[in-house]
Amino acid sequence: MAMMKSVPDIHGRFGRFGGQYVPETLMPALDELTRAYREAKVDRAFHHEWMGLLKEYVGRPTALRQAFRMSEQLGFPVYLKREDLNHTGAHKINNTMGQVLLAKRMGKHRIIAETGAGQHGVATATAAALFGLHAEIYMGEEDVKRQALNVYRMKLLGAEVHAVHSGTRTLKDATNEAIRDWVTNVRDTFYVIGSVVGPHPYPMMVRDFQSIIGREARRQFRHLTGGLPSHIVAPVGGGSNSMGIFYAFRNDPVSLVGIEAAGDGVETGRHAATITMAEPGILHGSLSYLLQDEDGQIQPAHSISAGLDYPGVGPEHAYLHDVGRARYESITDRQALAAFHRLAEWEGIIPALESAHAVAWVIQERDALSRQGAKVLINLSGRGDKDVDAVATYEEGIARDDG
Amino acid sequence: MTANTAIRNAFERARHEHRAALIPYITAGYPSLDHLEPLVQALEAGGADLIEIGVPFSDPLADGPILQQAATEALAAGVKVQQILDRVAALRVSVPLVFLTYVNPIYRRGIERFIEDSHRSGIQGLIVPDWPWVEMREAAKVSKRHRVAMIPFVAPTSTDAHLHNIRSAEGFVYTVSVTGVTGARTHLDQGVGGLVARIREQVKIPIAVGFGISTPEQARETGKVADGVIVGSALVKVIRDHPDNPIEAAQAFVGSFRNALETK
Repeated sequence: MAMMKSVPDIHGRFGRFGGQYVPETLMPALDELTRAYREAKVDRAFHHEWMGLLKEYVGRPTALRQAFRMSEQLGFPVYLKREDLNHTGAHKINNTMGQVLLAKRMGKHRIIAETGAGQHGVATATAAALFGLHAEIYMGEEDVKRQALNVYRMKLLGAEVHAVHSGTRTLKDATNEAIRDWVTNVRDTFYVIGSVVGPHPYPMMVRDFQSIIGREARRQFRHLTGGLPSHIVAPVGGGSNSMGIFYAFRNDPVSLVGIEAAGDGVETGRHAATITMAEPGILHGSLSYLLQDEDGQIQPAHSISAGLDYPGVGPEHAYLHDVGRARYESITDRQALAAFHRLAEWEGIIPALESAHAVAWVIQERDALSRQGAKVLINLSGRGDKDVDAVATYEEGIARDDG
Repeated sequence: MTANTAIRNAFERARHEHRAALIPYITAGYPSLDHLEPLVQALEAGGADLIEIGVPFSDPLADGPILQQAATEALAAGVKVQQILDRVAALRVSVPLVFLTYVNPIYRRGIERFIEDSHRSGIQGLIVPDWPWVEMREAAKVSKRHRVAMIPFVAPTSTDAHLHNIRSAEGFVYTVSVTGVTGARTHLDQGVGGLVARIREQVKIPIAVGFGISTPEQARETGKVADGVIVGSALVKVIRDHPDNPIEAAQAFVGSFRNALETK
């Protein structure tokens, strides 16, 4: 198998995707960040401190284990990489520990972040509290209402939460507002982006911090089975957990499968299946695929999973799709909900709705995977406690409609 | 063949009158598309030397609340890029016009096609806040061919290397007076005079200053150091606050800025 070209290039390009599309005011800050990150990356002391925090504070390495009852039901072995076992309940903290450590190293005292469901906001507030830095989190007004518990968690952790009232009042608009804050306070503020999106160097930096998932998983899987999985399946919103697990396997003979949110169904137009649509465009600092109309106006995304409810996707995923190294499929709200229940019943694990999309695809493809003699590794990116209320409400709604 | 003689002439004319050029901004489609023509004519009658027309974008991340709201309302009313191009092409106006928009509407239409269509509609330049100079190489060639100036930005944080890079730019330099987004401010950065002087050492085209200029007094002060003064949010706010007579209010507002620039 041919080695993947090393991306991004020095201009932050993954093939034709990526780049730096931000106001001139921010360009020097991106250069400063790129330099600081490149220095930190080769600095043993930085690496040592980050790895120490992941081990002793976050609780890494996370477990990788076969899901025996699920395997038995489906007829082929399925393994779970348990990112839900991280402190704060998802993979997000791998990245925020890295970025906040970098902020401290750069002498920035003020941290800002965007958040959708609140997982990245909580992970950022956690890292800021650990280092005694001040964090301000931007969150769409709609999400503030839907995720009241996470808003309270962020406040408990000492962060300030700003409700964003513009646009669709969700993650996209929270990101706009975080960028506006950064443009205004660029001299003393570090912007902690939560996914493999944004202008260079963010997609590269977040991927690198999240690639701990795949490095551990590769070692654990070989130790456990003596070989490699045939398929790695992970949910894709912005794409940080999936890029994190894909990256270490990029040169291995392993199928990489990213699962997008089909919402009510791609054909209804109410979905978040950005790569499935594959329309290139520029938002939040990089060229990638976007949900947009014929004039390039960004269209709202729809998914029961707030973490997948984003009209863009990281540029490296667009690149992996473009060169054919990864494939991207989509799963509807209803399929994800069914898988949410299945995994809870089969394995005693309540998955985040994001992760339930990956589980659902494996269930949907059971016949084909079984015929291939597949050994499937699912990235269980987060735990589902945060979703229990939303699921209950949604199912009451379905029961009413069906009744 | 020189690009954008019209922009150069506009600044020249103001310079001969010993004042800075006045550059007002309006959002196309706000309060409605039908307002575009009378508003442009009112701005010209009020003393504008060059007019910026905003092509609304769903996610204007360099704009403050007033221009965000104008774009949101224009898009909610269904305004399309092609309609704006058609309306602009039909304008009867003698001062040069430039578009201000974001990179995705341009990329989506096709960079060359957008620039070509803008040129055909009589547009002399493009201002794109989220399209930095280093990402613009391909567009720069196309824009030269179609004689549409790609307007470079300079911010208080800009490096000397950036000032060096934009020496080949045409039209004028859009200098951002403060770090931040568009919108009226009561105080401007003290440093804008120093920033303008830094730009002048490297760049030969006129230097206009924008972001946050909201009173004639601020315009007069800025006009002492810059070749042009840009007023956007404050003007759109006046239009918003005068739903019964936006045209007259806009003309009077721009007139007061022109008077301030003529007063020494």
